[in-house]
Amino acid sequence: MTRGTDIDCNELVEIVTDYLEGTLDADIHRRVTEHLDQCDGCDAYVEQMRETVRLAGTLRQDELRPEMRDRLLAAFRGWRTDTTPSA
Amino acid sequence: MEVRQSRTVGPAVDSADARLVRALRDGDEAAFARLVERWTPTMLAVANSCVPSRAVAEDVVQETWLAVLTGLHRFEGRSRLRTWVFSILVNIARSRGARERRSVPFSALSYDETAPTVAADRFLPSGDEWAGHWSAPPLAWDLPESAALSGEIRSRLRAALDALPARQRAVVQLRDVLGLDPGEVCELLGLEPGNQRVLLHRGRARLRQALEDYMNEART
Ligand SMILES: [Zn+2]
Repeated sequence: MTRGTDIDCNELVEIVTDYLEGTLDADIHRRVTEHLDQCDGCDAYVEQMRETVRLAGTLRQDELRPEMRDRLLAAFRGWRTDTTPSA
Repeated sequence: MEVRQSRTVGPAVDSADARLVRALRDGDEAAFARLVERWTPTMLAVANSCVPSRAVAEDVVQETWLAVLTGLHRFEGRSRLRTWVFSILVNIARSRGARERRSVPFSALSYDETAPTVAADRFLPSGDEWAGHWSAPPLAWDLPESAALSGEIRSRLRAALDALPARQRAVVQLRDVLGLDPGEVCELLGLEPGNQRVLLHRGRARLRQALEDYMNEART
């Protein structure tokens, strides 16, 4: 992107994450905000990136599959039996 | 191998760690289950950064827990228990990753980190008065709240996440699925902050595209 000129939509979509993370220079950050005020397409894009993050958070509950949890607990019982034969 | 009787946990150990180690050595299954619930999702994500698939990451994590249990008597508390467990994990994941790379077609692991994340034909071409602006802008989504979210959307999103290149998948899992902050993710994966953001951006962009494809199908 050229300094001092407007940001094009195809440039903006590549700095959305830097924008959301708050790591852009203040000047560029301000220009992104201005662009979003005037551009429905980019505004929708940024909103969808936020939605994507929110939806990814809903996957948390199935990160540890029950089968895997059961396998690990079975492994623990096997280990316990091997290490404490008298128990 | 050196064997000592009734080793006690040294004073340098964090007392919560010491209690945990004692509980595990005593065979306390509930304590192990809690630890597994708390750490396994993060461990899976870290393993993902080195291996080509979720299935292999699960193998790596299982192998790690076994190594932790069988090595527990050697844990001396010179580091935090968590640090120790994750260092075992990273060793196992790296050697497994190296083996997979030799046996799996490399295309599954390589990818372009500089290509645009949004297809070029969605923007007006150079020469046009509005070059670089949307020709096919994204249409607004009408999504239910997460509680009412259809299983279909979740499974599509899960499939898109599983299909990401290893490092993107690991970063998105840690940041967006598990909610870790950027500093923690850089530390766990050994990444520079800028690199972490690039991987996050590329991963998120692919997930967004998968959701958009789904929404467009639902509209027709
Ligand atoms: Zn725009």
